[in-house]
Amino acid sequence: MSFVQNFPFFSIIIAMFSGIVSSVLSGKKARAVSITAITVTTVLSACVLAFCLRTGQSYTYMMGHFPAPWGNEIRAGVLEGLTAVLFGVVMFLSVVGGLRYTEEDVEPSKQNLFYIMIDLMLSSLLALIYTNDLFTAYVFVEINTIAGCGLIMMSQTGRSLTAAIRYMVMSSLGSGLFLIGLSLLYDVTGQLLMSPAKEAVARIVADGSYQIPLLVIVAVVSVGLAIKSGLFPFHYWIPDTYGYATPTASAVLSGLVSKGYIFLLIKFFYRVIGTENAVHSHIINTLFVFGVAGMMFGSLRAIMQTDTRKMIAYSSVAQIGYIYMGIGLGTQAGMIAAIFHIFSHGATKALLFISCVGLYKASGDRTDFLALRGSGYRNRLAGAGFLIGALSMVGFPMLAGFISKLLFATSAFASPHKMLITLIALAVSTVLNAIYFLRLLIGLYRPTKSGSFVEAAPAEQSGRGGEAEAGRSAKLAGRKSNGGVKPAEKGAGQVSGSAALAANPWTMRIAIVCFIILNLILGLFSQPIVRVITDGLAMFG
Amino acid sequence: MSRRKDNYENSRYYKFKRWFDGDINLLEGVTEVTLPEDDETGADVQTADASDGLPGAGGCKAAGTDSAGDISALEARRKASEETYGPEVWPQRETVDYVRWRRHAQELLDARIHPAGTGAARASLEGSKSDGIAFDSADGADGAGRKRAASGAAAGSASSPEPLVRGMKIFQWFYMVMSVLLCALIIGVFLWTTVHLPPFGNADNPANNEVPTRYIESGVAETGAINFVTGMILDYRAFDTFGESCVLFIASCCVLVLLRIDASNGKSRARSRGPQEDDRLFEPKNDVILQRAAFILVPLILVFGVYIVLNGHLSPGGGFSGGAVLGSGLILYLNAFGFAKTERFFTEKVYRRVTLCALTFYCLAKSYSFFTGANHLESGIPLGTPGAILSSGLILPLNICVGLVVMCTMYAFYTLFRKGGM
Repeated sequence: MSFVQNFPFFSIIIAMFSGIVSSVLSGKKARAVSITAITVTTVLSACVLAFCLRTGQSYTYMMGHFPAPWGNEIRAGVLEGLTAVLFGVVMFLSVVGGLRYTEEDVEPSKQNLFYIMIDLMLSSLLALIYTNDLFTAYVFVEINTIAGCGLIMMSQTGRSLTAAIRYMVMSSLGSGLFLIGLSLLYDVTGQLLMSPAKEAVARIVADGSYQIPLLVIVAVVSVGLAIKSGLFPFHYWIPDTYGYATPTASAVLSGLVSKGYIFLLIKFFYRVIGTENAVHSHIINTLFVFGVAGMMFGSLRAIMQTDTRKMIAYSSVAQIGYIYMGIGLGTQAGMIAAIFHIFSHGATKALLFISCVGLYKASGDRTDFLALRGSGYRNRLAGAGFLIGALSMVGFPMLAGFISKLLFATSAFASPHKMLITLIALAVSTVLNAIYFLRLLIGLYRPTKSGSFVEAAPAEQSGRGGEAEAGRSAKLAGRKSNGGVKPAEKGAGQVSGSAALAANPWTMRIAIVCFIILNLILGLFSQPIVRVITDGLAMFG
Repeated sequence: MSRRKDNYENSRYYKFKRWFDGDINLLEGVTEVTLPEDDETGADVQTADASDGLPGAGGCKAAGTDSAGDISALEARRKASEETYGPEVWPQRETVDYVRWRRHAQELLDARIHPAGTGAARASLEGSKSDGIAFDSADGADGAGRKRAASGAAAGSASSPEPLVRGMKIFQWFYMVMSVLLCALIIGVFLWTTVHLPPFGNADNPANNEVPTRYIESGVAETGAINFVTGMILDYRAFDTFGESCVLFIASCCVLVLLRIDASNGKSRARSRGPQEDDRLFEPKNDVILQRAAFILVPLILVFGVYIVLNGHLSPGGGFSGGAVLGSGLILYLNAFGFAKTERFFTEKVYRRVTLCALTFYCLAKSYSFFTGANHLESGIPLGTPGAILSSGLILPLNICVGLVVMCTMYAFYTLFRKGGM
């Protein structure tokens, strides 16, 4: 047994251990520990990926002295390795990019708690990726839920507490359904590990016994995980959650957490139920319908938003819809497209959340369209990041979003009954995406009402109120007298104009540049990645 | 209804342009001037609004919230409250008094603004000017906000609010009926499923396969634990149990985030511990009956808890149940004798160290065990004689670790909920 094969286990344990140790460290040290842990786990996952690519097969790893049906087990293959690497990279860049804002938004004495949440979130994501045991998956789903809740309420401003409660209620509902599904599955198969459970399910299907429980299991697990990842009718927790959390938390939650559940669902379909049975159960068609509906309604609601952060959050609803549409196609090609979209959306959405904070800071912490006017000039790097991210979302060639849309479109041809709907949905949704993202993008590069690029419409001085319409600007100024103090304190002194506000922390610059590069890599070198996904799915089988 | 010369104001192009510029909101077909959301004020105004659901007052409320960001309105509000309460009794934020004061000030302000024609009048003025358009500060995504927007629109354009109210009532009725139906449907589906499950306790059930057979037949020999359940959760499936301990750990971290009040916080939004939030003021309680009972019971409970933890591999029990017993013993002691006494031996520092040590030991010990197991090495941990207290390898120390974590978590939850700190 090669030493590299221990690495999945090492990475999960390292992430958990760093969280445990952080409880007695100061905020700064906890941050260092957390960033180190993320880096180390990403490197380890990369080694696992390289190992599996070289050997060309997956392997299981016994957690303890007892083999498969008795003890716990994890499993690593090409797809697991790739997902772990990409999740690790996105996590690293989100944490690094939001470093400064985490420092500002989280109370100093609670900083280490924030990084505990990040560490345990990482460990749970890795465990969800690598697990070969359904009950282990459930335990780490719980950790994931609670850590997500902690990340949301960490800033304790605005409606973040409401958002956290909403998230907790919806997530608990999802976990509960997932657990019910697992109990039913254990009752009819007597197995919790994925590989023996799959054999048992195959026996049941061949016998024709327990058909109804099996259908309910597939339905309940799919719905539970769909609730947790925010599929369309269950998306109600998303806007507040992503809109009021700290930037890092928003990026991690939207980019990774919901994707971890989807990955688990794909694993459940492939490794437990078997794709043919999942397709036969017609649950997959339900996911398809709701995915398509989510693509439409998410985009429509995004168009109606005035708060850009909520707009991005509603765009997440639409993108989750894309992923479920790909799963719902029920073909290998659709699944590949869905997995590719998991990666591209994770990278792009995290980029959007990180870079839009730079724009908000350059506009005096305001998030509406009017205030963001011209902010692409006030903070050029964040503007560029947002530009790339938004174009990728819309599906601009050379970027990650284009490839996933292309994959969705081509995979639609493989399933004749759903082809037309998929293509129409893709076309309409792309237009809708373009409407709200281009509206914001054009706004970012337009002069403000007073005609200049540099000054934010309501600048820091509250005396500037006379320029815009009387009623509005007075209110804005009132807001500024409360909210505008923070960036001024933190920035390099009270410089007039926005030069000080636009100064990005160097960590954020690195993060944005790396995110842009990641997007370009996903867009330009998609073929190897698609091939790896195909191999990985074949290894799932 | 004023129309400009070329009807430009009403043209679709103009509306699109204004939407594109971020001036208007598409929701509800009414324009909506979004206010920058003042975090704390917004939340408080919401509470105040939620208290009285009179739809007729929608216009007033919309105006009140509309002027929430207005400097002059804030000044007026301050003045208004100083007139009623005097400048010294400026209530602390985030207390009941504060919310009550806000509500009162809001009412005063509404009464004042209406005749003066600043807020609401202006809103309705502009509302009528721009063709039945009302102004509202509510957030479009929020249900309550939309409700307010709707009522604001009705009041602003001086049309009757009756149809809207009826519409809302119908919607609420529909919503309730549908939720009951949906719950009934889900319950029905699950009951229907239960009928088709294998019968309970049947020997031929799929769950009675090789997995429990091995646990029962060779569990004692393989784990050294007479209690199969403990052997299963702490040896066969120890990874899951480690995850469960981490669930407890992260749950207590979340409660810390939510409830811990830090004195060393210089920020303006930091909550200071008000006198009503610190119930240590009522201590010592000197409740003789409780103290006498606790004097007898607490040692018994603690000894029993220790017994459950230490005997986990021999008899029913183990870390989770024993830790819960220990934690409840500590809570009883705290209730009887007060924080001054418990803080002599159990502070936040102790809590952190105990949790850290327990989880670190668990993590390292099991990592060693997993590593040797997966690589087919001998772990070298003696299993001892089954039935002896020092037996079953790692299970006994792991039980102690889990017990400590559970005890600390229970105690921490209790103290955090009581006084926002340990």
